[in-house]
Amino acid sequence: MISMKQCELLVVGAGPAGLGAAIEAARLGVSVLLIDENDTAGGQLFKQIHKFFGSKEHYAGTRGFQIGQALLREASALGVEVMLNARAVGLLDDGSVAVQYGKDLIQIQASKLILATGAKENAITFPGWTLPGVMTAGAAQTFSNVYDTLVGKNILMVGSGNVGLIVSYQLMQAGAHIKGLVEVLPAISGYGVHAGKIKRAGVPIWTKHTVLEAKGKRRVEEVVIGEVDDQRKPVYGTQKTLEVDTILLAVGLTPRVELASMAGCRLGVERILGGHLPVHNQEMLSTKDSVYVCGDLAGVEEANTALDEGRLAGTAAAEALGYSDAKTADKKRCLVEGLHDLRMGTFGEKRLDCKSRVIEKWSCV
Amino acid sequence: MGNKKEHPIVDFVETELVQVTVDGKPLWVSEGKPIAAALLQAGIDVFRFTEKRKAPRSLFCGIGQCNDCVMVVDGIPNVRTCVTRVQAGMVIETQMGLGKLGDINETM
Repeated sequence: MISMKQCELLVVGAGPAGLGAAIEAARLGVSVLLIDENDTAGGQLFKQIHKFFGSKEHYAGTRGFQIGQALLREASALGVEVMLNARAVGLLDDGSVAVQYGKDLIQIQASKLILATGAKENAITFPGWTLPGVMTAGAAQTFSNVYDTLVGKNILMVGSGNVGLIVSYQLMQAGAHIKGLVEVLPAISGYGVHAGKIKRAGVPIWTKHTVLEAKGKRRVEEVVIGEVDDQRKPVYGTQKTLEVDTILLAVGLTPRVELASMAGCRLGVERILGGHLPVHNQEMLSTKDSVYVCGDLAGVEEANTALDEGRLAGTAAAEALGYSDAKTADKKRCLVEGLHDLRMGTFGEKRLDCKSRVIEKWSCV
Repeated sequence: MGNKKEHPIVDFVETELVQVTVDGKPLWVSEGKPIAAALLQAGIDVFRFTEKRKAPRSLFCGIGQCNDCVMVVDGIPNVRTCVTRVQAGMVIETQMGLGKLGDINETM
């Protein structure tokens, strides 16, 4: 059955970015419909059981899932309509969005659209990578932290970015044994504070190493790792076999650009931000004047940045719809400055450069 | 791969146990958990075999994006077990290959 639905603002994706967008737009009086393909809102915040860093405005000291709960309460208090199990499957020529809702197809007509579709985890391939027991680090994190299910007992983590480091630590908290981490680069790529936690627990981190092969009949039984040279080619004679039942891949994320691309938003490539992403201006407007983008879709960073990009997109979209108050201009300026601050420091600077380039690309279109 | 006890950070709420059938055998699982989680806890880690090479597959992305963990559930093939929650009486089967279209028509 196909039915129609109308709203002023449709937000696709109820993670931190989508929730931030919906909250700020609703606060200014916009009627907001927030949809998500999952059966719970909050996106990936619900598997983040660690405390966040930063300032009070950025929920420092609060655990990810608690931030998710607070945002959901706020959205519901502001009258945001949340529709779950609703998957945006396509954008039609008239600008409406086709949404699969159970066995029904709903056509949603919105004056403005905010895409907050997030990112997907990358994989690397090696002989045996399709065996049961090889999976993304995020899968293991979700299953352990949300569903109380350990996906393995003896684990090799691939990648030493923050995801690899944090998930290793969280799986140890839940009772798994992390045999070690391999990192193809010459140095650990995540924060020292996260690496310290697992190093102090005696977990080896092998830099300049990669997975050469996963072995096993019906699932992973062992893994062969080896050193790589400066060209990332395996060094003969350095192989080492470890007995593991699980290999987790924490090798980066890629923005989920399908809907943005279908909407006709111009894409750009920024490797540091995850690859292809819709270029946007400082206020998160894409190259289509009714489509805003935010969060990991607009460049993979972290939850606080996603939330503030969402807030900015929501405020800007509300203003474009004719809803603003005396504080709106100030609010946008604060959010833009806050985002700038979140991208300070050794780890943030590269992302800041990329973002400036994205905004420059937008102005050239 | 088994239940964890006493998580140091998260308070997991115990849910009721319900019975499902997995490849013809009865299994008691926690209601409301994703099928994939219930099966992994019961030590079942192969969810399907591929069409061409008959290679085993299991959980991969855990959030319904990759379609690697699909099984036949209540006669419907290609059900994503990582985002489909267990309900009492569900009939869950290891999927062989792509699943049959006829299965869908019968159920619908």
